[in-house]
Amino acid sequence: MTVLRALLALTLVAALAGCSAGSTAYSSPSADSITIGASAAPANLDFTHTDGAAIPQALLDNVYQGLVRLDANGAIVPQLATSWTVSPDRRTYDFQLRTGVTFTDGEPFTADAVKFSIDRVHTDWTISLKSQMDVVDHVEVVDPAHAHVVLKQPSNGWLFSMTGRVGAMFAPGGVRQLATTPIGTGPYQLDRFNRGDSLVLKANPGYWGPKPAYRRVVLKYFQDPTALNNALLSNGIDVISSVQAPDSLAQFASDERFTTIQGTTTAEVVLSFNNAVAPLNDKRVRQALTYGIDRKALLDTAWAGKGLLIGSMVPPSDPWYEDLSTVYPYDPAKARQLLADAGHQHLTLRLRIPNLPYAVDSAQVIRSQLAAIGVTVTIEELDFPAVWLKQVFTGHDFDMSIVAHVEARDIATFGNPKYYWGYRNPAVTQLLAEADAGTPQQQIADMKQVARTINADAAADWLFLLPNLIVAKKGITGLPPNQVGEAFDLSALGRS
Amino acid sequence: MALLRRAGIFLLTLAIASLVVFAFMAVLPGDPAQVALGVNATPELLAQTRHAFGIDRPLPVQYLDWIGGLFTGDFGRSYVTGDAIGPQLLDRFEVTLWLVGAATVVAVLVAIPLGTLAAAKHRTASGTVVSGLSQLGAAVPAFLAGIVLVEIFAVSLHILPSGGWTPPDADPVAFLKGLVLPALSLGLVQAAVLTRYVRSAVLDVLREDYLRTARAKGLKPTQALVRHGLRNAAVPVVTVLGLQLATLLIGAVVVERVFVIPGLGSMLLDAVGSRDLIVVQDVVMVLVAAVLVVNLLVDVLYTVVDPRLRRAR
Repeated sequence: MTVLRALLALTLVAALAGCSAGSTAYSSPSADSITIGASAAPANLDFTHTDGAAIPQALLDNVYQGLVRLDANGAIVPQLATSWTVSPDRRTYDFQLRTGVTFTDGEPFTADAVKFSIDRVHTDWTISLKSQMDVVDHVEVVDPAHAHVVLKQPSNGWLFSMTGRVGAMFAPGGVRQLATTPIGTGPYQLDRFNRGDSLVLKANPGYWGPKPAYRRVVLKYFQDPTALNNALLSNGIDVISSVQAPDSLAQFASDERFTTIQGTTTAEVVLSFNNAVAPLNDKRVRQALTYGIDRKALLDTAWAGKGLLIGSMVPPSDPWYEDLSTVYPYDPAKARQLLADAGHQHLTLRLRIPNLPYAVDSAQVIRSQLAAIGVTVTIEELDFPAVWLKQVFTGHDFDMSIVAHVEARDIATFGNPKYYWGYRNPAVTQLLAEADAGTPQQQIADMKQVARTINADAAADWLFLLPNLIVAKKGITGLPPNQVGEAFDLSALGRS
Repeated sequence: MALLRRAGIFLLTLAIASLVVFAFMAVLPGDPAQVALGVNATPELLAQTRHAFGIDRPLPVQYLDWIGGLFTGDFGRSYVTGDAIGPQLLDRFEVTLWLVGAATVVAVLVAIPLGTLAAAKHRTASGTVVSGLSQLGAAVPAFLAGIVLVEIFAVSLHILPSGGWTPPDADPVAFLKGLVLPALSLGLVQAAVLTRYVRSAVLDVLREDYLRTARAKGLKPTQALVRHGLRNAAVPVVTVLGLQLATLLIGAVVVERVFVIPGLGSMLLDAVGSRDLIVVQDVVMVLVAAVLVVNLLVDVLYTVVDPRLRRAR
């Protein structure tokens, strides 16, 4: 049978190809192992050269640690530093370091590693976030357990940045192969990275802190939300770290195998206005649009009612959070009046949105609600990120857009008149600078003022804050409820 | 002579494909440097990155550089990760080959008996049912078949994983379990198409004089068909199988996404999303080359299956 022979040959070719290529190993699931499904896969493991949220999410706090970290409520707490003091001029930070800590390559963690890691951001990092370290003048090694960091000018923002990836501590001898071999001081170390598929972490036997409850954590990546949900429903994974399609929560709620955790994030879904050009350079028009949108109804449609109405660019995990969501109640009559005052009976606006589900759903609601106040909205979907970044973000070619601004403390963008929303208010820029330089108390007062000011100016319409939705098998404890920093902290995971 | 001409056509097709792919990438809106750097990029950093990627050079230079690299086995470096693309491409291609190979086995194992049955019994109810089902099955897209299979076997019955990939040498059992559903969803649809061709090929053969002769010599109809008929029916079936391999490769791109399989298809879709243009170009070229190679193999197989064609050349 020649046909059979041909088929055999074909199978053989496939088999040979299989044997030749380098392959990966999985362990069979056990009580010691937990598999967490996530949606964005890291391209490699080097967050000093490759941008994106996926790498720090997996590695920060788990493999790499910083001097300080963010706790689940957004407070800056010690990690590799046991304590720190700030000089009266707020320019010098004096860190006492934890002793007896070693990196997974055996090197001890000392003040030399602190100096090495901070200096290296200037010299070797290529991602744009490295500018967070520009404010550092120099680092002094006082003794192995003691480091001084001297800033060029006072900056509260710098210490906050140190909780993120730029604050990660590296072993001076451990940075040769960051893309494949991360070396840190955290509770876990890399076991395997199967690109495009999964990242396997194993417990670090020499860890200075409490031993993790699971010896092995597998982070498994799914581009497609349905595939992610199916994996949990069919026992392929134990946790969905962040539900991307809230409508699917119902199927987990009705299944007694699972529990759902709802926390907060720092991702404000913003209806952005092009403040720089007519007609949205008129505050009355922006306010009219803000009165003309029923944000509660929009949240129900776009994100199944899960999420928080915030009213400004501040999530509840920031110390200066205030609920400003009621300043512009839904009031179509007032909206029409404001538009008439501004001289617009009929207005046509281009809403240019990324082709992401929350943006598309929100845009439909906005179009129909604004039609009621005499504003015609034309929706244009742009491929995200490439086309949206080029045309809206960089090119400023839009009237309105809708994007989730996920970065922590991104309210500072309202102090930058070149940012895509083109908001120019010297008072806000000034307040942001004072907040950064001042004491923590001053910072809170100033930041509240910034939030109130941009809200009063209707610089944008803050539609809602994305919730952090986790679904887990019953009995799994210690999942971080809030996504407030760059890390997905696995260290507290346990079993009940 | 014929072989030389074939090789020439092969290379020319590849060259044209490369030009088309490159041109598409060049007009695709979006700046790879901007996508790589994200929202914090400064103009200086953008310019630096464009230079590092080499995308600030004239298009013809970029094209020749890329093609020149391909000839020396250098697939370039990813814009997103900075890693060499070649080794990754091999890994991903291996995964896709497993998927396509398994789907082909499914298609053949289902289609040959069913198609033969439909032809041998074409006047009876069972034959009509088989050809009806194959008509229906051929109209189902592979990803839809995949979604239905996952719903039944993974989500409801929990007997097979809903997706994911385990390399064969890591855990052969998990590998096979993970391969079943994607191979079925790709393979069954192909089987439906193939069944129709097997049926008509066998029907044609049944009408041939030599089969009548065989039966006149005392063979039962089934014996005659198996001993003399199937080999002759194989020629058109192999042709279709070759053509189908091309559609299988394309189908795999979608099915890989449904089943979270890290093959060429996932690699392609990820790269399009992040505007990792050079990866897109490389993957598409590998797919084009694979399809062309399959066509070439089909031509060679003809002569193996049917000695008459060998003599004719």
